[in-house]
Amino acid sequence: MTVKELTEALSLEVLTMPEPDREITGGYAGDLLSWVMGRARSGDAWVTIMTNMNVVAVASLADTACVVIAEAAEIDAGIVERAESQGINLLRSADPIFAACSRIAAACGL
Amino acid sequence: MTEGIRFHYDVDGDNFTSAGEASVNVKKKLRQMGFDPDVIRRVSIAMYEGEINMVIHADGGEADVEVLSDKIIITLADKGPGIPDIEQAMQEGFSTAPDNIRSLGFGAGMGLPNMKRYTDSLEIESEVGVGTTVRMTVNV
Repeated sequence: MTVKELTEALSLEVLTMPEPDREITGGYAGDLLSWVMGRARSGDAWVTIMTNMNVVAVASLADTACVVIAEAAEIDAGIVERAESQGINLLRSADPIFAACSRIAAACGL
Repeated sequence: MTEGIRFHYDVDGDNFTSAGEASVNVKKKLRQMGFDPDVIRRVSIAMYEGEINMVIHADGGEADVEVLSDKIIITLADKGPGIPDIEQAMQEGFSTAPDNIRSLGFGAGMGLPNMKRYTDSLEIESEVGVGTTVRMTVNV
């Protein structure tokens, strides 16, 4: 499933989606950025409540398909702009992490 | 062997939010040069962890990347406090990062272990009060 298809299937809020056709091949949840960078795989949908600027760098370097901010956590406009400029799909869900993950897994058949 | 392509970066120690710019830049350059995505990912993650470490612990430093035909060498050098016990620092979960860094999602004691995990060789030279140099190699 592509990132765009996921946003439509789950009515996720699109903060920025510069690469809508990116394929989601797995999922990862976590807020410890070093942990995420060490364990998340390329193509994962990464679900987190962390919303600082470093999230964009970690998503870029770990090559995740998208970042899903859970619990409708607040995020600065500057971080959304940075994500857009680096080709990072940044989405947001009102669900807590567990619920967001289970819905993403079901939608993507993971 | 022919001379490789070199990139040099000064890593700013004052700005934690911009940490990672050098790694992201290297990632972009390696992609333009047509390297395998897995190699690019390993190089950029290992370098980012090193950059973050220099910002957290050493008030910044210098990063050099040398791209050769068979390997990529990343050298990170700082004039920070040094690592008193490298073996201990290499253990997953061991961290001396302050609380404000932990609140940002770093300082989980994963930096050096990630650098080892993603590279083919990791050498650390460190002297307390003088600084630390980390040299990582990723085979292509």
